Amino acid sequence: MHHSIEIEGLSFSYPDGQEALRDVSLAIQPGEKVALVGPNGAGKSTLLLNLNGILAGNGSITVCGLRVEKETLGRVRAMVGMVFQSPDDQLFSPRVFDDVAYGPLYQGLPLETVHERVSESLAAVSMSDYAQRVSHHLSMGEKKRIAIATVLSMNPEVLVLDEPTAGLDPRARRSLINLLDELPLTMIVSTHDMPLVKDLFARMVILDRGSVVADGATNELMDDIHLLEAHGLERPY
Amino acid sequence: MDPYQAGYSPVHHTDARVKVVFSVAFILTTALIPIGSWPMFVLLYAILFSLIILADVGVGRVLQRSILAVPFVLAALPLVFTTSGEQILILDLGLWRVTATSEGVEKFLSIGLKSWISIQAATLLIFTTQFPDILAALRALRVPRLLVAIFGLMWRYLFVLADEAIKLRRARAARSGDSGIRGMNKGGSVSWRAKIAGGMAGSLFIRSLDRSERIYVAMLSRGYDGEVRSIPLSRLKPSQWTILIFGLGILGIIMLISALFWG
Amino acid sequence: MLLSVEALHIPDGFLSVLISAILWIVSIIVVVYSLRRVGQNLDERQLPLLGVLAAGIFAGQMLNFAVVGGTSGHLMGAALATILAGPWAAILIMTSVVSIQALIFQDGGLLVLGANIFNMGIIGVTVSYMAYRTGISLTGNSKRGILAAGFSAAWLSVFIVSLSVGIQLALSGTSPAYLAIPAMAGVHALIGVGEGLITIGALSFLLSTRPGLVQPEEGQSVSGMVVWLAGLLIALVLVILSPLASTRPDGLEWVAIEFGFMDKARDSLFQIIPGYELSGISAGPAATIAAGILGVVLILLASAVVMYSRRQRQISGK
Repeated sequence: MHHSIEIEGLSFSYPDGQEALRDVSLAIQPGEKVALVGPNGAGKSTLLLNLNGILAGNGSITVCGLRVEKETLGRVRAMVGMVFQSPDDQLFSPRVFDDVAYGPLYQGLPLETVHERVSESLAAVSMSDYAQRVSHHLSMGEKKRIAIATVLSMNPEVLVLDEPTAGLDPRARRSLINLLDELPLTMIVSTHDMPLVKDLFARMVILDRGSVVADGATNELMDDIHLLEAHGLERPY
Repeated sequence: MDPYQAGYSPVHHTDARVKVVFSVAFILTTALIPIGSWPMFVLLYAILFSLIILADVGVGRVLQRSILAVPFVLAALPLVFTTSGEQILILDLGLWRVTATSEGVEKFLSIGLKSWISIQAATLLIFTTQFPDILAALRALRVPRLLVAIFGLMWRYLFVLADEAIKLRRARAARSGDSGIRGMNKGGSVSWRAKIAGGMAGSLFIRSLDRSERIYVAMLSRGYDGEVRSIPLSRLKPSQWTILIFGLGILGIIMLISALFWG
Repeated sequence: MLLSVEALHIPDGFLSVLISAILWIVSIIVVVYSLRRVGQNLDERQLPLLGVLAAGIFAGQMLNFAVVGGTSGHLMGAALATILAGPWAAILIMTSVVSIQALIFQDGGLLVLGANIFNMGIIGVTVSYMAYRTGISLTGNSKRGILAAGFSAAWLSVFIVSLSVGIQLALSGTSPAYLAIPAMAGVHALIGVGEGLITIGALSFLLSTRPGLVQPEEGQSVSGMVVWLAGLLIALVLVILSPLASTRPDGLEWVAIEFGFMDKARDSLFQIIPGYELSGISAGPAATIAAGILGVVLILLASAVVMYSRRQRQISGK
């Protein structure tokens, strides 16, 4: 059985020479939900952008048995649903419907399927009534949910989220956590929200200065206060 | 900032393609009716005013917007005095002596009215039609896809960037204190103020640039390949065709009558 | 104080239909050509870039600053867009800005949108490009050179666009040439200074934070030369034409009469239709009263429909 995500010896440097990832290896099982934590500048976002080939470093990445390279980009991007931190960047269409339909439309699906996918994904995030709404009138919590719907509509195998709870009020945060808990997908989530990690993720990966410094069960790593402090993290209460 | 007024009126429910075409045709008719053809002005405005009432978006709001064109009317004011014709008023302004003519007044009023009516027609369109629907209508009317896509992105991020501009302005206001020292020029020189505004414009530009880069990545992640694709609109329903043809027919009749009587 | 706002967005009603149509055609040709160039020229990131930059220029126009008692200067943005994005992209950016202003905010008319795109998009951009390139090559690539070139591009673009607006108004017969052109030019020679100062502010900010954005490309392409020449030509023609038109109005009036003649020609088309004899009848107050009665009936009808549907909604709401 193949892993959902398999990263081997991944290194990445930005064109200005700044080294962002150093020999990162990681394997994630299908259906597993993994938290990626670490201080700002640790390389979390860079790692996520490598997963669907927006950035390409040295080393190999395999997603659902498919190697990420130039020829497979289209299929990889459909399999890896990427939800960015700011929903204002993710929701670039004037209307919710067009945004959710964007992925399926570029996959070249027939129109009926596109319509089906839109209503399914909006239903999955409990936003069915919002199809005809205009994005800029939505609240932050609503925007985050729609942002998730825009990738669900591509029927991804893996959901990748960057800081999903940033900027949410407590109630919207709670309801988003419940949503993430319910979604039956492989999930890799980069976050600073340690209580979220504790609540939702059995496995946790700590990244610092471009390297994986710890990878293991969340409840065990959370008890290692020295490890957390050494990498600028805090234990939730 | 979004002028759209949600509602359930027949005007709201009319297809955006019909509304766009009718609005432009209406403004064209307004531009074509001859100067001084008052009955035609009355008729056109009565039609528009009925539609405004029918749309139930608040007559006051529409009128408030129509004031926008007022400063420009100044440009046409000299016509009152420069058009030759029957003199109705002679003004002595010291060195100058100007004469107003009834033809001049007629011309001036006609231009002002045309402008005032047209702006209300455009206002009614945007008050009753969501902008994404107008974009789809433009696409259906064969405006190039790339241009419509740019309009769409611009509209989407207008609100986001306008928010940022307002925040910058607020930050400037928060730091624009009065030193209280007498003779100290409060607010600095004009060129200094302009430079500050320019700096804010520059930082807005950088923010736009960075944001466009992030949007590009988000688009790529969902399969964007450089081509502009969108869901095609369904065909115009027969009822909508009827409305369109009826509306254009009335405008045609008005043009015909005005050409016959004032041609 | 003459005018508190810049008067470059022409509303509907102020241009003759013929001039609106001609300028629509010119604008469509140039915009379609620019779309093709930008589309084939560059990678896919152009689309989000153009859309967001247009939104940025629009937001930048909200950053007005006080000039003298009650008057405020603010940005047209053509020069800034041209300097930072290049002429073809800038034409599309300004086209989007002007179109959205007309469609959503009624700042400028719809029928005259072609003219407004022509003025602020095409003339504004080509003249800016011409002035900026010329300035850069005269002063070298120094920081001061860039700022001076930016100022002259911004000032000249506003000034030339205002001449163009003045001439279009005069040609349409909505404002006499000897008043419209000097008034527009006078006011905008001042407003242009504000535009220039803001542009300098923006450029110096960018030069100190991200100098890479402002460095002009090396050498000049053929299409760059074409834009430069177009800008020079437009600027020259308008600068020479304007004083001629306003001091010796005969020439311009002759053109205006020609246009008027064409309007008459249109009318005579109608006169071929039977019923021509009607046109002599004076449509006196009786016709206006009749139209008024018809109008009142229409309005009452619309009000009745609204009342009825409001009540229906109330009933169904309960």
